[in-house]
Amino acid sequence: MDARDLVVATQRGLYCAAGDFHIDPWQPVPRAIITHAHGDHLRGGSTHYTLAAPGLGVARLRLPADANVTTVAYGEIFTFGGTRVSLHPAGHILGSSQVRIEHEGQVWVVSGDYKRDPDPTCALFEVVPCDVFISEATFALPVYRWAATSSTAGEIHDWWQRNRERGVASLLFAYSLGKAQRVLAELTAFSNEPAYLHGAVASLTQAYRDAGVTMLPTLSATVARSREYAGALVIAPPGAAGSTWVRRFGEHSSGFCSGWMRVRGARRRRGYDRGFVLSDHADWPSLLRTFRQTGARRILLTHGHSDTMVRYLREQGVDAAALATEYGAEE
Amino acid sequence: MQRFADLFESLDTTTSTNAKVDAMVSYFRGAAATDAAWATYVLIGRRPKRSVGPALLRRWLGEEAHLPDWLVEETYASVGDLAETIALLIQPDAVRIAREAPVTLGGWFEQRLLPLRRLDEARQRAEVTGWWHSLDYRECFLVNKLLTGSLRVGVSRTLLTRALSQLFERPRIEIERGLIGDWEPTAGFWEQLASGSGASGLLHPYPFYLASPLDRDVLELGDREAWLAEWKWDGIRGQIVRREDQCALWSRGEELITEVFPEIVQAAHWLPPGTLLDGEVLAWRGDAPLPFAQLQKRIGRKTLGAKILADAPARFIAYDLLELDGVDYRARPMRERREQLERILRGAPPALGISQPLGVPTWAALAAERTRARELGVEGVMLKSWESPYGAGRQRGAWWKWKIDPLVFDGVLIYAAAGHGRRSNLYTDYTFAVWRGETLVPVAKAYSGLTDVEIRELDRWIRAHTREKFGPVRSVEPLYVFELAYEGIAASTRHKSGIAVRFPRILRWRKDKPAAEADTLANLQRVLAAHGARTELPSSA
Repeated sequence: MDARDLVVATQRGLYCAAGDFHIDPWQPVPRAIITHAHGDHLRGGSTHYTLAAPGLGVARLRLPADANVTTVAYGEIFTFGGTRVSLHPAGHILGSSQVRIEHEGQVWVVSGDYKRDPDPTCALFEVVPCDVFISEATFALPVYRWAATSSTAGEIHDWWQRNRERGVASLLFAYSLGKAQRVLAELTAFSNEPAYLHGAVASLTQAYRDAGVTMLPTLSATVARSREYAGALVIAPPGAAGSTWVRRFGEHSSGFCSGWMRVRGARRRRGYDRGFVLSDHADWPSLLRTFRQTGARRILLTHGHSDTMVRYLREQGVDAAALATEYGAEE
Repeated sequence: MQRFADLFESLDTTTSTNAKVDAMVSYFRGAAATDAAWATYVLIGRRPKRSVGPALLRRWLGEEAHLPDWLVEETYASVGDLAETIALLIQPDAVRIAREAPVTLGGWFEQRLLPLRRLDEARQRAEVTGWWHSLDYRECFLVNKLLTGSLRVGVSRTLLTRALSQLFERPRIEIERGLIGDWEPTAGFWEQLASGSGASGLLHPYPFYLASPLDRDVLELGDREAWLAEWKWDGIRGQIVRREDQCALWSRGEELITEVFPEIVQAAHWLPPGTLLDGEVLAWRGDAPLPFAQLQKRIGRKTLGAKILADAPARFIAYDLLELDGVDYRARPMRERREQLERILRGAPPALGISQPLGVPTWAALAAERTRARELGVEGVMLKSWESPYGAGRQRGAWWKWKIDPLVFDGVLIYAAAGHGRRSNLYTDYTFAVWRGETLVPVAKAYSGLTDVEIRELDRWIRAHTREKFGPVRSVEPLYVFELAYEGIAASTRHKSGIAVRFPRILRWRKDKPAAEADTLANLQRVLAAHGARTELPSSA
């Protein structure tokens, strides 16, 4: 790693010395810029947080009440130390950002998590030209390629309708922040019937509604009776699978929404009936396209299949390296 | 193939056994006899001889998908299934898919996959990669599955026979009988299976009746006198079929092993025609069995030299009588079958023995006798109710196996590799080591014994604590200790440690134990001296 690098991986997280701030630190720091509110990127304990305004509602649900938070609009330039910083849409979840840092004529962009597919719950990814691009690599293997979201949403709807004909509930497991709301929003193209929500999904979904996102009407699945769930769509976080909470639905079909569902073994080992390939991360072609479009002369990769992508890029003549971080491979 | 792909999808997208049976019945109802026969063949887990090797397929895949070989390998290691990797990496060509005329399952095998063997490599490549581009994802996956190996879709043999039994409205046991042994997937076979006519060939065995592990205190079985106790011999379970002027020897895996054990088959001709025996094939010298390793030398050999026949002479120790004078005895009680078995084996040639009942009168005495099992080279004690019929498959209650406790050692995890199938993209194939002085020497590989939760935890830890990567294998910090069970130990020149253990599996993750306190090679050598087979185990052990 070059001593003049604008952003480096430290014990506490990605750090920009010129601006004296961290990005998505995993230990408390004085000043943190947050790309998005997933648990492995937003952690409590830091003195001051900066994030994009659309993400405030969900971030507040996940931070202590007294956390000191400043929001900025996408594209708004602010200064930290000697750096000019701005946040740009990453298309990952509501309020997710890439962090653009400019210092002494050099531009670095930290992607956070991102996807290129359109998503009705958040702003579309913006290509930000830069010299160095620090990217995620969650799905950096060529088998990961996403179909159009509408066709996956159609599959989910067909599955729901077929289960309804059999009189059984459709239990759809999806990450409670981002994926669950994206499914609820995509399904409005097919239906206007209410879906039931697990408690962990409900409050985040309300935060999305408050931010103006249009979704299916929702009801709480807290009632312990099973009759009214026959034929219904229920959305729950993956952690609820196999728990006693599931018993209230009686006979049901289970599905899981995740990019990992592209591989059959990943679905079979989790024991879901159906896997729906729906990811909030960039697939293999999108990663390569994004690297190209940013015009970056150097690519640094954080979490996921970073070693694979590094080797592939180097063989293509691209200057690439891996950065050690503690971001997870869950979605 | 479209219909079979639909069936596969139905089977693959439900965990309900009833739904699986329904899906199979409805497929079979609408299938031509040839296709139904091939579907049965595939669902039961059989496969024709492979025509194209996986290494070749991976090379073609790299070329067709425009990816470097190492990336294909890495992707395959992550996906854990070659057919799926191919289907995921190849971009289907919509125009070619639309042009492709539909071919049935039987057609795929008979007109495409089987003839492949007769082509040279260039033409094989043209054929196979042509299919890749002209099939949609589902069919591409299935065709490659059929090309590379067996199709695992969560259908057990029991489930398949349930479906066939429902379809033909005949008892499951008759269906089982029709499916056992050697058969070819033809329309004729299917019609025989349907009608029950000549459903079994002259030399076909019966489905094996299997014992369950004893899961309760032996005292709960009640009266000792109600139970036949005998040694659980450590060999190959088999059936001798003696009908008309012919003899066959079948293994429990339904493989014909007649030619591997000529001395047994020769002796079996002594039996009266119309006799069927269940028993154990053992390597035997004098009045005691030789270690299983000796028997293993006989298996998988194309020609049996005089030396091998002399080194590991085989003997059949009979447990049970299933047919006498051409009459099916399976429904009769064990007491009666045993009487007849003893009667007909009187004066038999030495290669045909009988498993003697253990004549100890009480459970306590039997428990004491059982402790001698390891020194006698047997796996434990079998308990069979004197009233029990000879069932099919694993039906609990009447037959129990009361095995001796396994040997154990504490090993340190040093290498991990990704698994396959439902364990794809998870590090589940572990190598364990013990101490020789200051260094760790690998002694065992194990794949089973951890819970799903433990597997995922360990997988995360392995990824975060990798020292080096050698292709799909990672070496990890020697930190965690695991208690491993195994069934036997032998000296080996093929293993760096000089020993080989049999059936190693994980009993417990010993988080409480530091790596320094794992076992030493000296400890294992002491076990070898005490219990070890005096012969070398093959490297697969």
